[in-house]
Amino acid sequence: MSDASIAVSGLRKRFGTTLALDGMSFTVQPGQVTGFVGPNGAGKSTTMRVIVGLDAPDAGSALIGGRVYRSWRRPLCHVGALLDSGALQPSRSGRNHLLWLARSQGLPARRVDEVSALVGLEPAIRRRGGGYSLGMRQRLGIAAALLGDPPTVILDEPFNGMDPEGIVWMRGFLGSLATEGRAVLVSSHLMSELEDTADHLVIVGRGRVIADTTVSELIAAASGDRVTLRTSAGSLAVTALEGAGAAVTVTGAGTLAISGLPPEKVVAVLGANEVPFSEVSAHRATLEEAYLELTEDAVEYRAAEVTR
Amino acid sequence: MTVTQYRSAAPAGSDGFAQLVRAEWTKFRTVRGWMAGMILAGLLTVGVGLLSHGECGSQAGPSAPVVTGGPACSDPLGPGGEAVTDGLYFVHRSLGLDGSITVRVTSLTGSYSPAGASAQDLKQGVQPWSKAGIIIKSSDIAGSAYAAMMVTGSHGVRMQWDYTGDAAGLGGAVSAASPRWLRLSRSGDTITGYDSLDGTHWSVVGTATLTGLPATVPAGPFAASPDYTVVNSRSAAGGSGTGGPSQATAAFDRITLQGAGPDRTWTGTAVGGPPGGPYPVLGYRQSGGGLVVSGSGDIAPVPPSGEGSLANTLIGAFAGLIAMVVVAAMFITAEYRRGLIGVTLTASPRRGRILAAKALVVGLAAFVVGLPAAWAAPLIEDPLARSRGIFIYPVPVLTEVRVIGGTAALLAVAAVLALALGALLRRSAIAVTAVIAVIVLPYFFAVPLALLPAGAADWLLRVTPAAGFAIQQPYPAYQQVTFDYTPGNGYYPLAPWAGFAVLCAWAALALGLAVYLLRRRDA
Repeated sequence: MSDASIAVSGLRKRFGTTLALDGMSFTVQPGQVTGFVGPNGAGKSTTMRVIVGLDAPDAGSALIGGRVYRSWRRPLCHVGALLDSGALQPSRSGRNHLLWLARSQGLPARRVDEVSALVGLEPAIRRRGGGYSLGMRQRLGIAAALLGDPPTVILDEPFNGMDPEGIVWMRGFLGSLATEGRAVLVSSHLMSELEDTADHLVIVGRGRVIADTTVSELIAAASGDRVTLRTSAGSLAVTALEGAGAAVTVTGAGTLAISGLPPEKVVAVLGANEVPFSEVSAHRATLEEAYLELTEDAVEYRAAEVTR
Repeated sequence: MTVTQYRSAAPAGSDGFAQLVRAEWTKFRTVRGWMAGMILAGLLTVGVGLLSHGECGSQAGPSAPVVTGGPACSDPLGPGGEAVTDGLYFVHRSLGLDGSITVRVTSLTGSYSPAGASAQDLKQGVQPWSKAGIIIKSSDIAGSAYAAMMVTGSHGVRMQWDYTGDAAGLGGAVSAASPRWLRLSRSGDTITGYDSLDGTHWSVVGTATLTGLPATVPAGPFAASPDYTVVNSRSAAGGSGTGGPSQATAAFDRITLQGAGPDRTWTGTAVGGPPGGPYPVLGYRQSGGGLVVSGSGDIAPVPPSGEGSLANTLIGAFAGLIAMVVVAAMFITAEYRRGLIGVTLTASPRRGRILAAKALVVGLAAFVVGLPAAWAAPLIEDPLARSRGIFIYPVPVLTEVRVIGGTAALLAVAAVLALALGALLRRSAIAVTAVIAVIVLPYFFAVPLALLPAGAADWLLRVTPAAGFAIQQPYPAYQQVTFDYTPGNGYYPLAPWAGFAVLCAWAALALGLAVYLLRRRDA
């Protein structure tokens, strides 16, 4: 057995005519933040619900620390999960919400105060949960996930509804959890939210993993060896570069994308043929571009068509 | 990679069922609306009974139609402490510690007044429980201990004692051609009743022990006849019977008294005061060697109903039950509505235990609220009813404990049933509607409103969870008293514990099904 904190293998799950999970497999390692990214409907939430035993998969398995979630006796001391920040009884105070959860694990009320301080919810903790903003609910959900001080934390869209200050806090907080040695699995449908946070990325679409990679590998793969050229003499440049064996595409007025030649060779060819240019640069894809490229054909409305 | 996996620093704790119950209790008590609902339930249980404002004495006199079921102003109490009626005419001599009295009854006839009208409207005929025979009675005070052998209008020969005791003897009607011999023999406190067709061959009908019977007691022939009543059996409504007084006349001969006292002559006494009414002939006359005795009234327990009965005092339990089932159903449906069930099941993946813990919490909460409420209801309502002159029917202590404790248990089990239906149906409105439909509506239509035909009411109170209300029946149905023993009057088709068992079976079934489905379904 690997030392993976979460090991998801071959999950399949069908809801009526919709195939929600189609062979979902990945692992989450301790000590890092794993981003779980994909368009809406890609199966992120369903995967998380299967991991914590709320939904039963039709096939496959999901193990936490090598065991099925349901077999843990005090599960919140092994995994903390925030799946739905709206899951509150509106008239119950945030503190009482945490208190009943603590009781269910045999944890002392002191833990409630510790985690509410940890997420910065102390001033509002005795107010009724129904009056919380979305950001406060996210913090309460994270406090609940941390009650049992678990080595594995699963958060479904924790950035939703957070104000910019909250997003900054959340990024730092997730990083610190990973630094402590915890395994952190964070889902989002927006790559930008995870760009500076996630060490590892699991990109999903149509119920399966599209890419399981690190942030830098993903950017390198998406960038390829393309060179961007700005020139006022487009046709001259195309002739010269194609003559040198490159593939050239016109990407805009006075902008060309070249592949097959490194930047310094492009400059040499242009110089030799006396083609004027204003800029030659190696293209570097953004994470967002890489993500969009990967998930292009996996967005929800198209995924719906392929269901059998 | 050399990452050392994080180890939880959470304090060690137990994962037992007690923790789960504690968690569910924390959930329950931290929603203010639910606590308010439970308190409201308690107040309703106490308070709804206060809404009755009857006056005693609505039982009309003999010259007007009698409406049964109205609150009584007073009733004598029998030796067993129950409310009784003790109206008879009896002709007596004194009897010592050991002795017997034997008679032959040659006829039993009667007349009655169908609408409580005057003598001109009398109709001939005996009532089913018109009774005449011999009686040994500790005194001529109404409610005093007695034992009697009698012929009846349509229930053959009976031995009856102390109002509630009843044993059957020879069947068939009495006539000059087919007389009945009756004998009571006394040995200290023990009275044995015999009957015979020929005065030679005797059978024991029953034995009664009348504790503290005086050494010398009156004994002799008697006659009594309960009110003619028409039970409006199409409705379960209380107070729907009408009728009027009746009279029975019996002829006795071959009277022998052994162990008699010093008095040599018969004395006639009307117990329970002169019944009056349209009967000019109450009393007795000598006829040949025998006696002809005419009497009216009844020697029997009173089936309590309406105001003054414990069943009526606790009528608010159904209103309290409505509030409790709403809270109990919402205890689980609110979790489905808010998605909180996912958090609950994540914290406690062993799903059957969740429902068990929830059931324990709502059940106990309902019991703890219901018990003092049911206990307080008679304490508050009885003095108020008494101040209006209403007679409070006594209830034996053990029965009172069963009725009051049973009311709390009824609320508790109904709350568990509501929780189970909530878990099955997952929607507050649907679950509450379902609980109301299966337990409150059958009860409400059959008991307080009494809108259903008696057959339908009986059926509903046998098979639906509303059968559990039988635990509240404080008084037994006496088969020797003609009465409208319907749910509307506080008499259920099932015995108290049997009815309660029906409710428990429904709750167990629903809870079992809920556990099964909770385990199978995705949360």
